[in-house]
Amino acid sequence: MKLRTPLAAALILAPTAATAAGEVNVYSYRQPFLVKPLFDAFTKESGIKVNVVFARKGLIKRLQAEGRNSPADLIFTTDIGRLASVVNAGLAQPVKTPALEKAVPANFRDAEGKWYGLTLRARVVYASKDRVKPGAITSYEELADPKWRGRICTRKGDHAYNIAMLAAYIDHHGEAKAEEWLRGVKANLARKPQGNDRAQVKAIMEGVCDLAVGNHYYMALMLQNEKQKAWGQSANIVFPTLAGKGTHMNVSGVMMTRHAPNRANAIKLMEFLTGKTAQGIYAQVNNEYPIDPGVKASPLLESWGKFKRDTTRLEVIARNRAAALKIVNKVGYNDGPVTN
Amino acid sequence: MTALGTTKNDTPAARGFRLRLDPWAAGAVVIAVLVALPVVTVVVMAMFPTENIWPHLLDTVLPGYVINTLELMAGVALGTILIGVTAAWLITMCEFPGRRIFEWALVLPLAMPAYVVAYVYTDILEFAGPVQGLLRDLTGWNTGRDYWFPEIRSLGGAITIMTMALYPYVYLLARSAFLEQSSGVGEAARTLGCSAWAAFRRVSLPMARPSIVVGVALVLMETLNDFGTVEFFAVETLTTGMFNVWLVMGNTGGGAQIAVVMLLFVIGLLIAERTARRRRGYHDTSTRPGRALRYKLSTGRRIAAVLVCAAPIVVGFVVPAGLLISYAIEFYDVSMENRFPQAAANSIMLAGLAAGIAAMVGLFLAYAVRMRKSRALTLLARFASLGYAVPGAVLAIGILFPFGLFDNALDRFMRDTFGVSTGLLLSGTIAALLFAYVVRFLALAYGTLEAGLGRVTPHMDDAARTLKHGPAKALIKVNLPIIRGSIMTAAILIFVDSMKELPATLLLRPFNFDTLATYVYQFASDELLEECALGALTIVAAGVIPVILLTRVMGRRRPDQEISVV
Repeated sequence: MKLRTPLAAALILAPTAATAAGEVNVYSYRQPFLVKPLFDAFTKESGIKVNVVFARKGLIKRLQAEGRNSPADLIFTTDIGRLASVVNAGLAQPVKTPALEKAVPANFRDAEGKWYGLTLRARVVYASKDRVKPGAITSYEELADPKWRGRICTRKGDHAYNIAMLAAYIDHHGEAKAEEWLRGVKANLARKPQGNDRAQVKAIMEGVCDLAVGNHYYMALMLQNEKQKAWGQSANIVFPTLAGKGTHMNVSGVMMTRHAPNRANAIKLMEFLTGKTAQGIYAQVNNEYPIDPGVKASPLLESWGKFKRDTTRLEVIARNRAAALKIVNKVGYNDGPVTN
Repeated sequence: MTALGTTKNDTPAARGFRLRLDPWAAGAVVIAVLVALPVVTVVVMAMFPTENIWPHLLDTVLPGYVINTLELMAGVALGTILIGVTAAWLITMCEFPGRRIFEWALVLPLAMPAYVVAYVYTDILEFAGPVQGLLRDLTGWNTGRDYWFPEIRSLGGAITIMTMALYPYVYLLARSAFLEQSSGVGEAARTLGCSAWAAFRRVSLPMARPSIVVGVALVLMETLNDFGTVEFFAVETLTTGMFNVWLVMGNTGGGAQIAVVMLLFVIGLLIAERTARRRRGYHDTSTRPGRALRYKLSTGRRIAAVLVCAAPIVVGFVVPAGLLISYAIEFYDVSMENRFPQAAANSIMLAGLAAGIAAMVGLFLAYAVRMRKSRALTLLARFASLGYAVPGAVLAIGILFPFGLFDNALDRFMRDTFGVSTGLLLSGTIAALLFAYVVRFLALAYGTLEAGLGRVTPHMDDAARTLKHGPAKALIKVNLPIIRGSIMTAAILIFVDSMKELPATLLLRPFNFDTLATYVYQFASDELLEECALGALTIVAAGVIPVILLTRVMGRRRPDQEISVV
């Protein structure tokens, strides 16, 4: 102990969090290699430095523990669930500017301005080119159809993307129907849920299953990767409808923390990210759909054609998440097709 | 001639429960309280769940979580004992070709993060991998429906991978126990007509048991808090359940409650360990190592010994390292990004500091407990070791909250009193990270050093006392030279583990700060290991060098070495 105190004191002084002018501090759930090009462009344009901490778990808790002295200005995250949980924890502050409200459609932002969607990701169905005829499946509901018995692969049921999809299902059909549907999907599984979205498409190539559920941009990532190209080429992408309305869309988004020390700079960054330049970068680099309907998606995404989007407010979907997780546990989705 | 002393430990009843306050006891109390802080925080959180989740969990997934967790623990314990003890005994007691290389090479898998090993074997054994590809070429089968192949992403797969990644703990501790048994004991057994097997079973093994049990306890705690491997293999354990409740349901209190259940598992482990230890307290009254007399083996047995020692090294190290190297070469340009050297430097600095601090704190605790023989102090020290069993992410939360409270309280006080804002003094700094590492890995230091000190007969302390040495001087002059190997073992285990530590680092680190583990993680978590193979290799290399140093230090202690005994 004797040695530890002066040592610690010396170390604390070294890397303190920056709160000086000309900076903005970000807690990011998105990987640095995805957001760095955007921040670099922002710094180049504005001269404002962006400091980042990236983690996949618990940044909200960190924000909570740090309280009013937290250096964080903005939170970057994927998935509506996480955005909603920050709002529920009382850690976000409302921001409203004409530019933000103009760029982001109302169903993809919080009514009070406590979060804004930045990009859109469609939850699609991947169908084997060899074994599934085009048009054989057009809706999420059909995933529970017994004709797909032993032919479907998905990642784990309690993953945030699947939870959001099920939460949307609950919104349209109610909890009882949603549970019945998930039991049907579970019975149709080809194997125990495992791996990420990409691994499901790989399983189609391997002949393990014929249908898979995944986010749309994984197809783009696979086609761009030398090793994974064959996986992507083994499947067609299907934009299914939910209750006849359209494809379930999730977001990646940004929100300002309640005690943001660099508020003005943070607003500049938010407006930059919803602006045409950044939306263009998102579209090209990440192959996500731009939040701004006025900005074109990447050529590859454009080539998949137009599709109908589910326009339910994401806030509404977020409220069904806890119920969705309980259904996943109740039907034992992660145990796979074999019922224990 | 070496005599086998059967000095029993003082029975618990003989020890006082009172805590006399001298610098040793006071220091130990302060350390224990600080280190227990995160665990206590988690327990407190568990008392305030936002919703009672137990009825739902008990009805649905919890029994499965518990059964999977128990099966995983049992499998890994069996596997690591089998490999670790067998290899350690062969290395110390037998002579066979390559023995000196195997001696250190057997520790190499320790440098491999388990989640990296898991990833590598999935790559090799999955459908599109080389093994099944070859199988299909040979047989003409086409799809996964034509044949059966063991599924690597399963409970069995997780047990195998974790056994391979963790057996070195048992090997290291068993080996140093076999080495520290003066060879005279073995000789005496043989003079008395014991066969090799009987000498092992009746003398070496019982004497080494405390160390082996410590090793297995470490392995099981690592198993319990592993998240990366079980997540990747889709095995649903208590850890997975905790993250679901905590992050998906957003129920911190409920998540903390599952964490407390895991703590109970660990406390159960620790009690089992202590019971095993107390039953037999042997002290070798001589530390004179004497000359090693190793068994000469017949040709068949020599080959068997080589195979037994080579297999875990090949599976746990050579194959994964080989694949990483081939990826690193193929993706060199992508990997050699400019942030890479900085991340490497950060890792080495943090791990070095953590190893030094934790080893010293652990030594202080272990010695204070030995000196004072107070029941209360012993319990306190064990409680302080619990941090090892808490999953890294939960530990981080347990640190965030007290640190945040302290920082904000101090800030409020300073502003009210002096009009100066101190902001966040500790949160989000390297100090918070170091604190996390020390809390997390103190059990390694304490366990190893306690076992090391336990093998030094109390007569040594008595002897020091007759020389009018105080406790501090007795530690430095008498005990320290004898347990030098244990101290090195502790420091190196902590260094290597700190290099690999991921969840707490991710969450507690300062802005724009990467270690090799976080650097590798951002790619590996997206199944893009190829692009960060160089970083992963560096973690391995940084682990390998101290591991080799360690075995050399310990190896030197065998024959003809001057161990300065007063």
